[in-house]
Amino acid sequence: MNKLNEKPKYNDEIVKLFTIATIFWGIVGFTVGVFIALQLAFPALNFGEYLTFGRLRPLHTSAVVFAFGGNALFATSYFAVQRTCRTRLWSDGWSKFTFWGYQLFIIMAAIGYVTGVTQAKEYAEPEWYADLWLTLVWVAYLIVFLMTLKNRKEPHIYVANWFFLGFIVTVAVLHLVQNISIPVSIFSTKSYPLWGGVQSAMIQWWYAHNAVGFFLTAGFLGIMYYFVPKRAGRPVYSYRLSILHFWSLIFMYIWAGPHHLHYTALPDWAQTLGMTFSIMLWMPSWGGMINGMMTLSGAWHKLREDPVLKFMIISLSFYGMSTFEGPLMSIKEVNALSHYTDWTIGHVHSGALGWVAFITFGAVYHLVPVLWKRSGLYSLKLVNTHLWIATIGIVLYIAAMWVTGIMEGLMWRSYDELGFLRWSFVETVQAKHIPYLIRAFGGILFLVGAFIMVYNVIRTIRGDSAGEAVQDTVHDPNINDVKNIGQNAGEAVHV
Amino acid sequence: MFNKHAALEKNSILMLIFVVITISIGGLVEIVPLFRMETTIEPVKGIRPYTPLELAGQNVYIREGCYGCHSQQIRALRDEVERYGHYSLAAESMYDHPFQWGSKRTGPDLARVGGKYSDDWHVAHTINPQSLVPESIMPGYAHLARRVAPLEDIGLDMTALRMVGVPYTDEMIENGYADALAQATADGDGIDGLMERYSKVNARNFDGAPVTTELDALIAYLQVLGTMAELQDYKHDGSKRSGQ
Repeated sequence: MNKLNEKPKYNDEIVKLFTIATIFWGIVGFTVGVFIALQLAFPALNFGEYLTFGRLRPLHTSAVVFAFGGNALFATSYFAVQRTCRTRLWSDGWSKFTFWGYQLFIIMAAIGYVTGVTQAKEYAEPEWYADLWLTLVWVAYLIVFLMTLKNRKEPHIYVANWFFLGFIVTVAVLHLVQNISIPVSIFSTKSYPLWGGVQSAMIQWWYAHNAVGFFLTAGFLGIMYYFVPKRAGRPVYSYRLSILHFWSLIFMYIWAGPHHLHYTALPDWAQTLGMTFSIMLWMPSWGGMINGMMTLSGAWHKLREDPVLKFMIISLSFYGMSTFEGPLMSIKEVNALSHYTDWTIGHVHSGALGWVAFITFGAVYHLVPVLWKRSGLYSLKLVNTHLWIATIGIVLYIAAMWVTGIMEGLMWRSYDELGFLRWSFVETVQAKHIPYLIRAFGGILFLVGAFIMVYNVIRTIRGDSAGEAVQDTVHDPNINDVKNIGQNAGEAVHV
Repeated sequence: MFNKHAALEKNSILMLIFVVITISIGGLVEIVPLFRMETTIEPVKGIRPYTPLELAGQNVYIREGCYGCHSQQIRALRDEVERYGHYSLAAESMYDHPFQWGSKRTGPDLARVGGKYSDDWHVAHTINPQSLVPESIMPGYAHLARRVAPLEDIGLDMTALRMVGVPYTDEMIENGYADALAQATADGDGIDGLMERYSKVNARNFDGAPVTTELDALIAYLQVLGTMAELQDYKHDGSKRSGQ
């Protein structure tokens, strides 16, 4: 056979598409986020029918979680699974279908939100037709991933792929159970979910908390397990810890949902179970953080010179922080104060901006020169600028939300000396105005950082170099990755 | 244990099966009993399915994303009960597909907003919240007052809801459109039938406009929230259950 006609070893074209989509939807999601943050400070920004907070809020959450985060997961899982299995991604056609199919799902969902087509279930707002379409795409994703694993040239499945596999299959289960519904008619966009009342509440938070646990945690731990060792040039700290925290994490996360329903009409036993497992979840969560951070053992000096690695390590720090804050907030007595307040919003953003977005930025900065075969990034200084602007943005954001959340929680339950409630509801709204401005400013900083990344990525793809003294050194994409990042010597060396 | 793990690492299908088993346990334990235990939803007198007009109102509430800022779930905490009323009972949302408990109070809880404010207040407040509450950060929904409520096909919605367990009768579904108009105009022959089919209905022209608008539907929905349950008969200890 003519050698020129042979396909390259890895399918990086599909990874390129998903990487570009990640960046694009990231900008969209952050921009809508800044806009709705400003709407809460200045309600006059609610223009007309289609751009009210109520319709844009699901657009923001879905754009960030499913469009930005989802494309990042596709890109990184397709990239990592090929290298850790030393085989080409199974079926170019199917993987291309997952790309265009997933973008179509995002667009269907987004058009629905602004035109008022919604199931009104948080993080599962798309209506029945979009859900059916996503099911097809997701099954294709699972098949592509599994077939690639099956074709692997390595005897062992690398730890990052456990997490990717766990994420893909669990999201499929969650999606199917959560979205069973009866359409009003085949021509109607409207449907009624099978589940109602208290059961629908339980299934909603079983689904939504595990959208966090599997989409935003297990999947992104998969990213961490490939890119942190790769970037640090060190094997994963502990193979045993990987096993222990993988199985305990996926087992315990599933139970945590009822902590969203404390003191409600959900039966007490379910609330208590949810709280108990949420607290236990602290340990496997920190197992992942420790395994990631300690991977830098013997390579800590790289943190000084490599801002891409800094992104990843700060990301792990935010992961550790928000997985401590989460169990804390799941305790009933704490939740009595924090629930329904902005504290929850702050908590979510320390996870979404700090953990999810930062590990994604790190992965993108690593991927772009490899995929486009450049000798390095256009500018590491700009990466550093992005890092600090975004970090300051996150800190302003979450600090503002701690202030407003705890303040409004305390104001709602405050009594005067005669035993009457001290504050009317609207007084608590008024009190949040200044922190809301600070939150919006934090969001703007984060968005500015993302635009710096866009510029850096474009210049890198064009093949430019800022001519800095410190050069970004990219690893040879064709070397045996498993050998490079395989598990720690002495514990279980497979390769 | 760690050595045996190699078996999973070498077989993707085996790993897939183990993952599915591991992630199934928690959900099964927490969700399945909710459908079987009779204590999940204690019967409460007065709870009925929404009238066609109220249902259309709930659909407006859902479409506009109101659940993003308003909860409908009063927790069993002293300050909440004093601010919003009796804590929410499971039965009160049993016909909500999906539930509208919410997760955030950017605005106040609405679980018992029914009857708290006049229709006129709701009309002015929905169109321009700041005209009544200057400090409010709620968007205005003027377009609801301009648009005729889509009620002709409300029977299809009721049919779909019956398929997921809401006890609408054939008669209720057949008369869906007529009942909706009767409730929003409070005159004509239809009103008696409506009252027969649904207990304690607020029937009146909610927004005062000659046509039945989406605002009529929304206000009909808001005015019934939290008012169905006959709470004076409810015993919260569960030993003496009222109703049925």
